[in-house]
Amino acid sequence: MRIHCPYCGPRSHAEFTYGGDARRERPADSNPDTTWWSDHVFLRDNPRGEHQEYWQHTHGCRVWLRVTRDTATHEIGAVAIAADSSDARDNEDRQ
Amino acid sequence: MRYSFWNLAREALRGHRHWQRAWRDADPAKHYDVVIVGGGGHGLATAYYLAANHDVGRIAVIEKGWLGGGNTGRNTTIVRSNYMLGNNTDFYEWGLKLWEGLSQDLNFNVMLSQRGQFNLCHSVAQMNAARRRGNVMRAHGIDAELLDAKAVASALPHLDYRETARFPIYGALYQGRAGTARHDAVAWGYARAADQLGVDIIQNCEVTGYSFEGERVTGVHTSRGHIGAGRVGIAVAGNTGRLAGMAGLRLPIESHLLQAFVTESVKPCLDYVVGFGASHFYISQSDKGGLVFGGDLDGYNSYAQRGNLPLVEDVIESGVALMPWLSRARLLRHWGGVMDMTLDGSPIIAPTPVDGLYINGGWCYGGFKATPASGWCFAHLLAEGQAHPLIEDFNLERFADGRVLDEKGVGPTAWAH
Amino acid sequence: MSHGPYRLAQGGSGIDRDAPITFRYNGRRHTGYAGDTLASALLGNGERLIARSFKYHRPRGIYTIGSEEPGGLLTVGEGARQEPNRKAPTVTLHEGLSARSQNCWPSPRWDLMAVNGYLSALFVAGFYYKTFMRPASWWEPVYERFIRRAAGLGRLSTAPDPDSYLQADACCDVLVIGAGAAGLGAAQTAAASGARVMVVEERDWLGGQLSLAPGTVDDEPANRWIERQADALEAADNVQVLRSCVAFGLYDHGVVGLVETLAPESVDGQARARYWRLAAEQIIFATGALEQPLAFAGNDLPGVMLAHAVCGYAYRFGVAAGHQVVVVGSDDAGIGNALHLHQLGVSVAAVVDARHAGESALHESITAAGIPLHAGCLPVRAHGHAKVKALRIAPRQSEASLSDQTHSIRCDAVAVAGGWQPALHLQCHLGGRPAYDPDRDIFLPPALPPGHHHAGACGGFAGVEAAVESGRAAGSAAAVACGKSSMDSQTAVAPAADATPWGPASAWRVIAAPKGGKRFIDLQHDVTIEDIELAYREGYRSVEHLKRYTTLGMGTDQGKIANMLGLHALGMTAGVSPGEAGTTTFRPSYVPIPLGAIAGSHRGADFRPSRIAPAQRCHVEAGGRMITAGAWHRAEAYPHADETIADAVTREAGHVRRRVGIVDVSTLGKIALIGPDAAEVVNRLYVNGMKTLPPGKARYGVMLREDGLVLDDGTVARLAETRYLLTTTTAHAASVLVHIEYLLETAWPELQATVASVSDHWATFAIAGPNSREVLAALFPDEDVSNEAIPFLAVREVTYAGQPMLIMRNSYSGERAYEVYVPADYGEAMWRRALEVGKPHGLAPYGTEAMGVLRIEKGHVAGPELDGRVTTDDIGLGRMTARRKPCVGNTLRDRPGLQDPDRPRLVGLTAIDPNAPLESGALLAEPGVEGVDGLLGHVTSVCYSPACEGKIGLGLLRHGDDRHGEVIEARDPLAGVVIPIRVGPSVFVDPDGSRLHD
Repeated sequence: MRIHCPYCGPRSHAEFTYGGDARRERPADSNPDTTWWSDHVFLRDNPRGEHQEYWQHTHGCRVWLRVTRDTATHEIGAVAIAADSSDARDNEDRQ
Repeated sequence: MRYSFWNLAREALRGHRHWQRAWRDADPAKHYDVVIVGGGGHGLATAYYLAANHDVGRIAVIEKGWLGGGNTGRNTTIVRSNYMLGNNTDFYEWGLKLWEGLSQDLNFNVMLSQRGQFNLCHSVAQMNAARRRGNVMRAHGIDAELLDAKAVASALPHLDYRETARFPIYGALYQGRAGTARHDAVAWGYARAADQLGVDIIQNCEVTGYSFEGERVTGVHTSRGHIGAGRVGIAVAGNTGRLAGMAGLRLPIESHLLQAFVTESVKPCLDYVVGFGASHFYISQSDKGGLVFGGDLDGYNSYAQRGNLPLVEDVIESGVALMPWLSRARLLRHWGGVMDMTLDGSPIIAPTPVDGLYINGGWCYGGFKATPASGWCFAHLLAEGQAHPLIEDFNLERFADGRVLDEKGVGPTAWAH
Repeated sequence: MSHGPYRLAQGGSGIDRDAPITFRYNGRRHTGYAGDTLASALLGNGERLIARSFKYHRPRGIYTIGSEEPGGLLTVGEGARQEPNRKAPTVTLHEGLSARSQNCWPSPRWDLMAVNGYLSALFVAGFYYKTFMRPASWWEPVYERFIRRAAGLGRLSTAPDPDSYLQADACCDVLVIGAGAAGLGAAQTAAASGARVMVVEERDWLGGQLSLAPGTVDDEPANRWIERQADALEAADNVQVLRSCVAFGLYDHGVVGLVETLAPESVDGQARARYWRLAAEQIIFATGALEQPLAFAGNDLPGVMLAHAVCGYAYRFGVAAGHQVVVVGSDDAGIGNALHLHQLGVSVAAVVDARHAGESALHESITAAGIPLHAGCLPVRAHGHAKVKALRIAPRQSEASLSDQTHSIRCDAVAVAGGWQPALHLQCHLGGRPAYDPDRDIFLPPALPPGHHHAGACGGFAGVEAAVESGRAAGSAAAVACGKSSMDSQTAVAPAADATPWGPASAWRVIAAPKGGKRFIDLQHDVTIEDIELAYREGYRSVEHLKRYTTLGMGTDQGKIANMLGLHALGMTAGVSPGEAGTTTFRPSYVPIPLGAIAGSHRGADFRPSRIAPAQRCHVEAGGRMITAGAWHRAEAYPHADETIADAVTREAGHVRRRVGIVDVSTLGKIALIGPDAAEVVNRLYVNGMKTLPPGKARYGVMLREDGLVLDDGTVARLAETRYLLTTTTAHAASVLVHIEYLLETAWPELQATVASVSDHWATFAIAGPNSREVLAALFPDEDVSNEAIPFLAVREVTYAGQPMLIMRNSYSGERAYEVYVPADYGEAMWRRALEVGKPHGLAPYGTEAMGVLRIEKGHVAGPELDGRVTTDDIGLGRMTARRKPCVGNTLRDRPGLQDPDRPRLVGLTAIDPNAPLESGALLAEPGVEGVDGLLGHVTSVCYSPACEGKIGLGLLRHGDDRHGEVIEARDPLAGVVIPIRVGPSVFVDPDGSRLHD
């Protein structure tokens, strides 16, 4: 597959490290709710179709990207820089 | 008609006109006591053992395409019982014992070849890990040997023992009773045997949802209408998440893509199953002569059943590193399947929080060898309503509980298992 | 002058009669010409029977003129270079080529295994599923052995491949796959636009079908037209044409895999093949169509061939497939071959046309040429034993039924024209299924994502004109899609396809056999019509089941000329159209490709990169025994001349404790972490407290995974307020860095901090032992290295010889020790200097094994303990991590299973017999309790301890904390031993740690 890195251009996915589902909401590290944390770490939507996922351009600029890709056809839609598109959520929101 | 040499010879003289259909193409009835969703090896085996071992009434297997067309028809056919943690050890060994009588049981030759498997080690650390695994196997009464490089070389003289080998061979963990079986035959054999015991196998019938009475599942909605069920068991590896999702469940499973490869058919040149230790790669030679091999997942969620070149290169490089003569063989075909990767690499055979709905999935890329034991245990669960002791560890709660079975020790990364 | 009894006196557009080539076939010397393929040269020399089929060992000859060849398989090459299953039409003839028959013994003519053919009634499709089950004990030693021996086609050498292979990565704007009429048309317009164009052609000549028969393009002789196109493309500097280059797989996002054959074998450093990974903006498929055979009795006999192939052998290679050729067909394209052959000097014994007399304008020309015409007839049986001797035909009584007034025509070759089927294999690699067109009775490529175009026959365009026009249109469209302007007015819509069938009706393809005989669908796997009917009868009715049960299409020809016929047969059996009968999908590889090409140079020593530390040379010079540790090469020990490794390790470890040693630990992961929030990041990453770590100090740190289990351990050194250096284990260096970057960018984007790997920046040595301070002082004469200046866990940035360096006082060995960080470029020099200045103090190098002994004696956990399944409590770090704080893994640590008191705990183990064969991986057990019930844990690490003078180890033992002092046992059934063991604390040497602090 080819992923369009915003800094480096279209590159083979072999240059990237997969980071999995990007739509999971990570609780704050201070959040003591084991169920919330357990669901975050272990449960998945696992859609057949549009999937938002993380990829890092490890053998390039090392940026973490949020990529929208169809898991049935492998067609890639939007590519965004993960740090920009993460809502700058306060830790408190996720406690 | 029974399969036997005498019947085969007799039919040879009669133009083979009297062979019957291996299984009926059943039409769905209104209601069954147990409905199994998924007509792959596991679903069909479940149906067979339900019919053979339990008294549950009417049983149906519902398959969205043609039976055996999913992972059962796509895998690299390896059979073994060399697991280390929790129930895994005894479960797979029970499976191997069932394999050993399966052709006779089903009256269908599944061509089980217990030729032996070598899992190579390339460092002291790997030998130590192999020693632990082998000792656990032996403690459970399962055959295992830890071999040094010399013993490996005398059985497999054509691996790379040169000075220039990047990862020299230190030795191997060997299981003599491990080997291969003919994957299609397993699906067809279970289908025929189940059909003969009255199981309805309904093909080209896709489940689109469940019907409920209150909180309890009462049946499935399908492309061929509603089918009522006392209990529903899903055995749809690759699509377990989707089938569970129809009941509002989220599972610790990601669907990932595994590729498999076969070369042109050549005269016998590899008598064992060999697993490389320096990268994830395994190879055996089928009874037709093709060298069948595979390795890692591609490494990204996928339902596409086809993969990309980087993995193809990785796998082939590993093969040529392991066996320098493989370089001159030619790749005939490579294909892919959808793997149910759990977040600990071990399977799930358990009731779900939804009353009347049971799951058999999470087989990662090791489901084929588990086919008989999986069917046997899932049948028990569907008949009795609770897990057989052999599979108590394969529950859904283990993730929240902190009792996962992580054979590889890589943690909650689905594609790393 | 012509060589060979079947070589025509003249003609052969592709051969050079002035350049003869000698080759060997089954030991016999033959001559061919430059430009010949192995197939044309063999046919020219009259070698008709060259192989035996897979199952029944029936005689096989050459059937086709391309890579769809089912039966003409030979082993080419000798010794380590031998390659089985080569399809004769795809092998370019070269001087000294050596080929031999395979899967037959002693020869193709007299093959012992032909007895299988006589047992064919027994060996029907799927027979092995019905038998070989009793007695069960016979399966493996008898039945399976027989099956395996009988299977397989050719033989692979088991010697390492001596040839070399290249790889290339490339991009282009427009990729044209296939250089026939359509492909050349497409390349023409695409190139004219200025786009970067690549053209790949499977054969080693251009022109495709056009080059196999006389014809014209735009009123120009086809060969001239091809030559002109080729010259223009070669001359254009925005075009690259690759011959002998097959596109074997279509992948996501315009990626195509190619294998280019460079030479028959690599000689003098030239590679044999090149694997291309090509990314194309636009792909034009000009893959053509494949002529299909007919299924009639005896259709597998040598001498029965595809009609266009018979024509091609005559036209391109000047070879007559026979001296008396019968042409069988049912359309003008098919029987037109008879006229070509006649013009080329091949004797045509008859034309058999299923259509009635007068239904074609060609009938008159055929008769006028003196060729007997049998109109309204179908072939019912090819007669012969090892090759065709006669063809029996029968007149049609109606659409499908045959008269029994059969008639036999003497012949030695039958040219069969069974219609054409678009070659759409590549186009299906993305998972789409072909669509059936009932009017033309062909399957067409599935819909593809944007950027894929079809030209010529593969897209359903029939005839040369349509091929060229559709090619030009596709080339223009592709160029425009790349943003290039089209210079050609033919951006116009491609020609409409007409609705004429491309082949005969089912009943004329799968022909009745009133006179008996087998009708073959798959000539390699010997699948007959009867097999399909049997499979159907037994319920294997879907195409997938049919294919797997009968093995139709699963041979090395991948069913290219079998699948279509199979679908027609299945349709007839089921009473439906071929399209309704189903379709299989296609997977890479389009043709079988050598694994060696894909592996390229990543084999042997270059299979994976080797990482070597800066002072590597020194270790080798010092006699270090090098081992691989992951990607690294490290010295496990430095044995003296007559020492065993074990003795060396004991000596080295003892020396560290008594005097001083130096070990190269450059392989550790090292991560620089800087930024205003660096301290907060560090505190969140590690489970033990980091907030109080002041600048100038280091601390042992443990990282958890998000699930609360141990990820890695290492050192955290705070160099300044906002500057840290983190170390990781060697094995986890890369993954820990990725882990931190992942958290910074996806979980904590609000924190201002940056990480970078500095693993390769620093060479690192640990100097450990009672004399370590003296050595350090000698190494850094200008630095104050006193206990006050550099106390335990201090870290100091220093300069030496103008280079920045670090001194960190931490200890893996339990002795007073210093880690020295040196810029990598000076690593070797500094190591040498250390040995030099350290010599008077007794400094000697030690390797990874001795390092292991020392850390086991001190109870430090490492890889064998940190197996990804342990908590900090399990490994004795409970106290260190008792104070809770927000950090990765903090919450899930509390899951009940991770708090279970029955979890195995880290303990020290001492073998009662100091020389016992205790090994890591032995299981810990309760003496007297047999079997699984007695198991309590396992031994993780073992060494011979010079300090304890015996075997010691670490292990994980249930209730281990409560069992210190008890004697249990270590069971190693693999080794057949049970070893009594005393349980104790995990620290064996200096439990108070006093040696660390002085």
